Amino acid sequence: MSLRSTARAFPTLLRVGFAGAVAYRAEMFVWVLATTMPLVMLALWTAVAREGAGGVIGRYGQSGFTAYFLGAFIVRQLTGCWAYYEMNFEIRQGTLGMRLLRPVHPLAAYTVENVAAVPMRALVSLPVAIVAVAVLEPHAMTHDPMQWALWFASVLGAWALTLLVNLAVGCSAFFIEQSLKVMDLWLVLYFVLSGYTIPLDLFSPRVRAAVDWLPFRYQLGFSVDVMTGAIDHAQAAALLGRQWGWVVAMAGLTAFLWRRGLARFAAYGG
Amino acid sequence: MASIIQVRALRKEFRVHERPPGMRAAFASMFRRAHKTVVAVDGIQLDIQAGERVGFLGPNGAGKTTTLKILSGLLHPTSGEVTVDGHEPRRREDAFLKKIMLVLGQKQQLLWDLPPSETFELNRAVYDVPRGQYDATMRELTDLLELGDLVRRPTRTLSLGERMKCELVAALVHGPRVLFLDEPTIGLDVSMQATVRDFVKRYNERHGATLLLTSHYMEDVAQLCPRVVVIDHGAILYDGSLGELVSSTRPDKRIVLRFSRPVPESDLVSLASLVTVVRHGAGESVLQVPKDAVNGVVGRALAQLPVSDLTVQNPPLEEVMSELFARARARRADTEAP
Repeated sequence: MSLRSTARAFPTLLRVGFAGAVAYRAEMFVWVLATTMPLVMLALWTAVAREGAGGVIGRYGQSGFTAYFLGAFIVRQLTGCWAYYEMNFEIRQGTLGMRLLRPVHPLAAYTVENVAAVPMRALVSLPVAIVAVAVLEPHAMTHDPMQWALWFASVLGAWALTLLVNLAVGCSAFFIEQSLKVMDLWLVLYFVLSGYTIPLDLFSPRVRAAVDWLPFRYQLGFSVDVMTGAIDHAQAAALLGRQWGWVVAMAGLTAFLWRRGLARFAAYGG
Repeated sequence: MASIIQVRALRKEFRVHERPPGMRAAFASMFRRAHKTVVAVDGIQLDIQAGERVGFLGPNGAGKTTTLKILSGLLHPTSGEVTVDGHEPRRREDAFLKKIMLVLGQKQQLLWDLPPSETFELNRAVYDVPRGQYDATMRELTDLLELGDLVRRPTRTLSLGERMKCELVAALVHGPRVLFLDEPTIGLDVSMQATVRDFVKRYNERHGATLLLTSHYMEDVAQLCPRVVVIDHGAILYDGSLGELVSSTRPDKRIVLRFSRPVPESDLVSLASLVTVVRHGAGESVLQVPKDAVNGVVGRALAQLPVSDLTVQNPPLEEVMSELFARARARRADTEAP
């Protein structure tokens, strides 16, 4: 399965993937709605801040929470992925076989399908977020070009890490019957430890130190912190190294699970 | 001439979890799982020449589809050697994947919510088919199958027959040299079955493609495959011509008689001592007769009975296969008996 043939087919894969995403537009809209948890958290935490002593919790006032959760919403929209669900279905039903017959690596195909869906999700979600940021909190986001460059790298890392987690969990369907439960477990940890529902600053320093070594922060909270200027260039660069370390580790795990799993693939059905 | 498909001592085992029904067994299986090894393919040998059309026959669970999936690289064999046009399928090299295609009648590669034309275009890109060759292939295939405008309708809105025609086109966009067809006519009506058979045969003749077909519709095999390989319990029972299989398994003939007026069954039995009446109705009867007694029985029937029409046929292929499998079962029972 050569990279060259995959690269050559990439534009068509992307175009067909986009056509698929458009065909599923109702599902896409529901998915976007389902990932609006940061907006719910925004309402919750700003209310808590408003009622709290001095209107501040940790380092967040109302505007701080607004900026944080709008940032979380944007990062979530750009990095969301559900490849694990499709892989689980295709491995269990045997339809993965149809992908294996094509001279394009199935993991590359899942990746392209994910990339193809990003424009549609961005089309729905980003205008809302950008208008909200510009109107509500124009000074809440960083204006430093270097910080935005770091943000771009961090979002790329968050996307790659989330995709690879999806692919690794998807590969677990080769070995266990209920691989969806593995993702349920991951998501429970992600909701708490990524900064998706609670800014990580609000945890105790000890928990925070532990979280910095886990992958969840690098799927979301890290990019939000870069975006809002909560961390400086040096901190961002150091954390970027850890994030991409996780990307490499997860890529290794995915490749291992794929190779071992494929040898066990029973291609049931048909 | 070297075979395009070579299979040597191929074996495939699956390890399956099994438990008795009921809550207690379900709970117990959480802590202790019982597994058993199922042998799906048991040491088969096979050589297929380029351009051959071979029918792969066997009852459900015989190992046909497993073998096709190994030959197309979807499954890794437990042991044995397999080569397809010089490639080891399990490696799934680009060059190999561009030479073969597996069509599964119960699985589809068409993108469900998009028109089939999108799948064709996707396959053109992933198989790196030059635009000119693709256009020519599409013209040929859509004409042969009379697809017309349906390639522009979402796949989900197509009938089963229309989908299968589009599946075949999607499978052939890259002009595979080896085509594995697993139940390609399943669920199709008689007319559509004939269309698919005719199309597959023409593809084989025009392009010299090698064809390995499994089907439970014996008509598919009779029309398409001069050679058949019969497999049961993962082992090959027969490999040779279809005619030889029929004559060696059931060396008798069917005589179908149509009468101008009703005839009592006793008149049929009296035609010869070895005649068996398979079916007897008011206007038509079917007799089973040993091959060397056919001429005599036909002569007597024409002389003694009010025959308006008469045909001599081979026994139905379904019956031939049933008998072959029954004999194999009996042999296994003898072998396994203490």
